[in-house]
Amino acid sequence: MRNWFNRKNLVMLLGIVLIYAVVQGLIMTDIMPPFYKLTLILMCIYIILSTSLNLINGITGQFSIGHAGFMAVGAYVSAIITAIMHGPLILGILAGAIVAALVGLLVGLPTLRLKGDYLAIATLGFGEIVRIVFLNMELVGGASGFTLPSRITWTWAFVLMVLSVLLMKNFVGSTHGRACISIRENEIAAESMGINTTKYKVMAFTMGAFFAGVAGGIYANYMYIIQPMTFSFLKSIDILVMVVLGGLGSITGGIAGAIVMTLVSALLAGVPEWRMVIIAVLLIGMMIFRPTGLFGTKEFSLNFLGKKGDK
Amino acid sequence: MESIIQQIFQQIINGLSLGSIYALIALGYTMVYGIIKLINFAHGEIMMVGAYAGWFATSVLHLPFLPALLFAMIVAAILGVVIERIAYKPLRNATRIAALITAIGVSLFLQYGGMLVVSAQVRTYPPVFPETMYSVYGVIFKYGDIVMLLTSIILMGLLHFTVQYTKMGKAMRAVSFDKDAALLMGINTNNIISFTFAIGSALAAAAGVLMGVYFNTIDPLMGLVPGLKAFVAAVLGGIGIIPGAMVGGLMLGLIESIVSGLGASTWRDAVAFLILILVLIIKPSGLFGKNVREKV
Repeated sequence: MRNWFNRKNLVMLLGIVLIYAVVQGLIMTDIMPPFYKLTLILMCIYIILSTSLNLINGITGQFSIGHAGFMAVGAYVSAIITAIMHGPLILGILAGAIVAALVGLLVGLPTLRLKGDYLAIATLGFGEIVRIVFLNMELVGGASGFTLPSRITWTWAFVLMVLSVLLMKNFVGSTHGRACISIRENEIAAESMGINTTKYKVMAFTMGAFFAGVAGGIYANYMYIIQPMTFSFLKSIDILVMVVLGGLGSITGGIAGAIVMTLVSALLAGVPEWRMVIIAVLLIGMMIFRPTGLFGTKEFSLNFLGKKGDK
Repeated sequence: MESIIQQIFQQIINGLSLGSIYALIALGYTMVYGIIKLINFAHGEIMMVGAYAGWFATSVLHLPFLPALLFAMIVAAILGVVIERIAYKPLRNATRIAALITAIGVSLFLQYGGMLVVSAQVRTYPPVFPETMYSVYGVIFKYGDIVMLLTSIILMGLLHFTVQYTKMGKAMRAVSFDKDAALLMGINTNNIISFTFAIGSALAAAAGVLMGVYFNTIDPLMGLVPGLKAFVAAVLGGIGIIPGAMVGGLMLGLIESIVSGLGASTWRDAVAFLILILVLIIKPSGLFGKNVREKV
C-alpha cells in the first residue's frame, strides 16, 4: 500500500495551497492590479495548454501544430452552452472539453498514421479548417467575434489548472503513459514489444485535445470576447514555443516554459512585433544550441524530500 | 447558357493566373524538400520580401517591370542563401522536427522583423501594366493576367532546363537522390544546397512581385497564407517532384476560383486545407509520386 501522505506530496500540496491563498488574498483585498490578475489567469490557461501539447508532442513524440484548433472548439462550445443556453459554467467547460476530445479522436484516427512533418502539416491544416468553420458560423458571430460574460475567477482557473496537470502527470506515470513514451523512443521497437501504437497515439492525442478544450473553455469564459482570429496558427505556435522552450517530454519543463513565456508576453505587451521577433529568435537559437529544451526530458521533482523513510 | 460558359471560362482564366503564382512558390518548396527533406516554412516570407524588393524597385527606383522582377529575384536569392547558411546548415544532421521548428522560427522572424523594418501598414503597388483588357467571346483577359502566365511559364521552362540539362541541375538531382553518394562522387553538396535555395527563393520572389501586381497591395504578413497554400500545391503534386509542383499549383488555383465562383469564397481556404488533409491521408506521395515502401 502506497503512502499518499508522504513528505513529498504534503510539501507539494502545501505549496499549491499557499500559491492559491496568497494570490486569492491579494485579489480579495484589491491589492492586485487587474493586469496582474489577467496575467496569472492566462498563465493557468497556458500551463494547461502546454502540458496537453506536451502529452502529444513531447511524451508520445507525435508532432502536432494545430493545438489552437482544439482550444477553439472548447472555447466556442463552452461559450454556446454558457452564454446562449445559459448553462452552468462547469457544464460548459466540460462539454467544450468533451467535444474537443471527440474532434481530436476524429482527426487523430486518420492523421496519426502520418509521420513527422506530414503529421505536422495535417494538424496545421486541421487547425485552420476549425478556424474557418467558426468564421463562417453566424450563431457565434462570425469574424467579429462572440461576447459573453466573464465568469471565471482565479479560484476556477487555478483549481482547473491543478486538476488538469495532476491528471496528465498521473497519465504519464501510468502504464499507458509509459507505452506512449516507448512510442516516442522507438516506434518500431514498441510495436514489436506488443504495444498497440495506434491506440496509444490516438489516446494521447484525444487526451491532449480534451485538455486543450478545457483551456479554451476557461479562456472563453474569462475574456469577455472570443474571435476566430485568436485561435489562428500563431496561437498554436505560441503553445509550441512554450513546450519546446521548457523541454519536449518534460511536464514540469512545459509548465516552466508556459510561465516564462506568459511573463515575457506580458512584459512586451506594448510592443507586439518585438515579442514575436524575440519568440522567433528564441526558437531558432534553442533548436541550434539546445534542441532538447531547458529541461530536456527530465522532470523537476521533490523526490529529494522523500528519500528518508519512504520506500 | 452562353453567359454560364463565359463565367466558367472567366473562372478558369482567374484560376490559372492565381495557380501560376502558387506553382512558382510551390516549386521552391518542392525543390528544397527534395534536396534536404525540410519543409521550408519561411518560403512564403521570402516571397513577401521579394514583393517588397519589387515594390522598392518600381516605386522608389522607378524601374520598369522586367528589371524590377530581376532585382527582386536577386535580393530574394541572396536572402535564401543567407537563411540556409545561418539557420538550416547547423541543423543538417538534427531531427527533422528540430529543422521544422527552426523553419517556423525563421518564418516568424521575417514576418515580424519585416513589420519592424517596413511597418505593418499595407502598401500599394504602383500600376506596372496598362489597364488594357482583351475580350475574346466575352471572356476578359487582363494585360496583367497574360504577363503573369507568360512570366510563370518562362520561369518554369528555365527551371526545367536548368534541372535537366545543366551540370548544376545534374548535381542537384544527384544530391536529392542520395546526398552521401553525391558527396563521394566529388559534388560539393553544401554549394548545391545553397544553389537550390537561391533558385527556389528567386522563383518565390517572382511570385511575390506578380502577386503584388495582381492584388495591388502588399503587407508583411502577406506570405503566410499563399505560402501554406503553395505547400498544399506541392503536396498535391507530390512533394519533391518539380512537374508535380507546377500541376499542383495550377490545379489548386483552379479549384479555388471554382469554389469562389460558386459563391463560397469564405470557404476557399478551408477547401485548400481539406484537399491537403485528404491527399495526405489517401496518397501522401501526391499525384505524381511513387509509393516508397518503408523499411525497418
